[in-house]
Amino acid sequence: MNLHEYQGKELLKRYGVAVQEGIVAATVEEAASAYAKIAEQSGSNFAIVKAQIHAGGRGKGGGVKVVKNADQLKEQAGNILGMMLKTPQTPGGMTGPGKLVRKVLIAEDAYKPDFDSCKEYYMSILMDRQKKRNVIIYSTEGGMDIEEVAEKTPHLVFKEHVDPTLGLQPFQARKVAFNLGLSGQAFKEMVRFVGSLYSAFLGADASLFEINPCLVTGEGKVIAVDCKVSLDDNALYRHPDLAEMRDLDEEDPTEVEAKDFGLNYVKLDGNVGCMVNGAGLAMATMDIIKLSGGEPANFLDVGGTADAKRVENAFRIILRDPRVKAILINIFGGIVRCDRVAQGVVDAYKNIGDIKVPIIVRLQGTNADLAKKIIDESGLKVRSAILLQEAADLVSEVLQ
Amino acid sequence: MSVLVNKQSRIIIQGFTGKEGTFHAEQMIEYGTNVVGGVTPGKGGEQHLDRPVFNTVADAVSKAGADTSVIFVPPAFAADAIMEAAAAGIRVIICITEGIPVQDMVKAKAFISQYDCRLVGPNCPGVITPDEAKCGIMPGFIHRKGSIGIVSRSGTLTYEAVDQVTKAGLGQSTCIGIGGDPIVGTTTKDAVELLMNDPETEGIIMIGEIGGTMEAEAAEYIKAHGTKPVVGFIAGQTAPKGRTMGHAGAIIGGKEDTAEAKMKIMADCGIHVVNSPAQIGATMLKALGR
Repeated sequence: MNLHEYQGKELLKRYGVAVQEGIVAATVEEAASAYAKIAEQSGSNFAIVKAQIHAGGRGKGGGVKVVKNADQLKEQAGNILGMMLKTPQTPGGMTGPGKLVRKVLIAEDAYKPDFDSCKEYYMSILMDRQKKRNVIIYSTEGGMDIEEVAEKTPHLVFKEHVDPTLGLQPFQARKVAFNLGLSGQAFKEMVRFVGSLYSAFLGADASLFEINPCLVTGEGKVIAVDCKVSLDDNALYRHPDLAEMRDLDEEDPTEVEAKDFGLNYVKLDGNVGCMVNGAGLAMATMDIIKLSGGEPANFLDVGGTADAKRVENAFRIILRDPRVKAILINIFGGIVRCDRVAQGVVDAYKNIGDIKVPIIVRLQGTNADLAKKIIDESGLKVRSAILLQEAADLVSEVLQ
Repeated sequence: MSVLVNKQSRIIIQGFTGKEGTFHAEQMIEYGTNVVGGVTPGKGGEQHLDRPVFNTVADAVSKAGADTSVIFVPPAFAADAIMEAAAAGIRVIICITEGIPVQDMVKAKAFISQYDCRLVGPNCPGVITPDEAKCGIMPGFIHRKGSIGIVSRSGTLTYEAVDQVTKAGLGQSTCIGIGGDPIVGTTTKDAVELLMNDPETEGIIMIGEIGGTMEAEAAEYIKAHGTKPVVGFIAGQTAPKGRTMGHAGAIIGGKEDTAEAKMKIMADCGIHVVNSPAQIGATMLKALGR
């Protein structure tokens, strides 16, 4: 689960991480009163209006603007609220439709009082799958795309792995601060910042923290100016407060609905829908659709109990996409019996009625022969297969 | 010889009396697996499925001589169950549970490294040596005793490969479902190495998916030490970047995570890579020169 910047900052603050302060607003009026408060608190008329969507690169699409007074604030908040913001990370990238901005964060000028004496760094924490432990990745090159920095100047990107049983040690935090070339007050603050940030990462069961830029001011303050926070869905049960931060507006409504039905669905933009039991087989089925001359319209794992109700819900979700020209159902029955799935398909088909797209059903495993018979004798316009290759051939046939 | 589990394994079920544990223990017993008991804290002393229930894994080890455990404990308690099994002296720990928090697994993985044990999973279908021991949730009847070892991160896709191998007339030595999570106890390379050293295995099928670097590590190992033909498939050639595809570990973050990158490394290391999951069995037959 991803958090918005303003939610991420709220989480960081709980653990004592210094952040660029701000107030979230959903209307221009709210933004104006937020600005008044922020300007008073910070003692600066400068403020930043930041679009709150789940995507990086917001500045590139005009979703982040600096304002110098209340009039400018109103103008920019008005521009950004309600805009379809395109960033390199929104669906379709800079040429896609963009994402609707529902909220803005009115943030303080963290670079005061002396912009020129500030320096931006990069810091992230994630779990290194290869080493099976958490790693702090940091760089002197803040405010930029870290993948690009790692490619062009790998010597400027540092990594610090943390022992899972002992946790982050003080010498490691000092190493981070030294490698960033800090001294004096900035050094002390950075050591504290790294410690608090790591505590927050563990405390929230996060899967990613990315602080970019991580600002060091001329006075030696260390501040998270932006933050990207992703949480481990499997651990949300022990963080009900964080689970509440989930913003359904940021997710595909069909995917949310599918989840409520116990289906694992990811929308794609192809022309052949699929319904499969098991995630690996579902991906493999998408691949075979492509090899058969189609493009997968979705990923859909119906899970271990592919009963009539689930199959029907899955059908309805797939059929909602007008681009779908065919549907491939691929079930490998182990514990789940194929004849029952076949009956489920037949029942669902009849319940929905009037399905116009061709359907290919491939049932393999327990009672596969019986299942094929049920499909073949149902009188429905459904083609059946037992071998995966047969199903693939039927997909190409139907698409021609 | 087979790897990890066989007729002599003394197997217990952790989460024995729960719904999942009961159902799958019954299936395992029916297959002929040597299930010597199970563990459910607080139910020690009872009998379940005609076998003893123990309060702790340590009791199951000392009283029933358990050396292998299959875990069906709910996600919130599963990492603890893994650590308990390791500390009690269980040698092969197979964790079926899906949905364990990643940080729990980071700790459990570090903890069990102090013990002489092997963890398979979590979030996996388990391990089966046909006609000897079925330790997991796979349908037993699709397997035939034979000479092909299978390593896979997936459940039903493994069954698909097993079925193709059986239909090709080859059969399996041992099938190892290593699991779909970001952290798994036995990596693709570990499992391939076990099968490479198993005299009963003549060929290996390696099924990977997007995310992580396990397949690349296995491919490098095969290039350096391989003595048997290996057929490989990577699921997710059409998966979009940045989305989790069902398995928590199946997500494309960077370039090396893609199916394309993995298939290239595997092919460069001499693995018979198939583009289509429907061609796994046929390709293995060809690779064996039959």
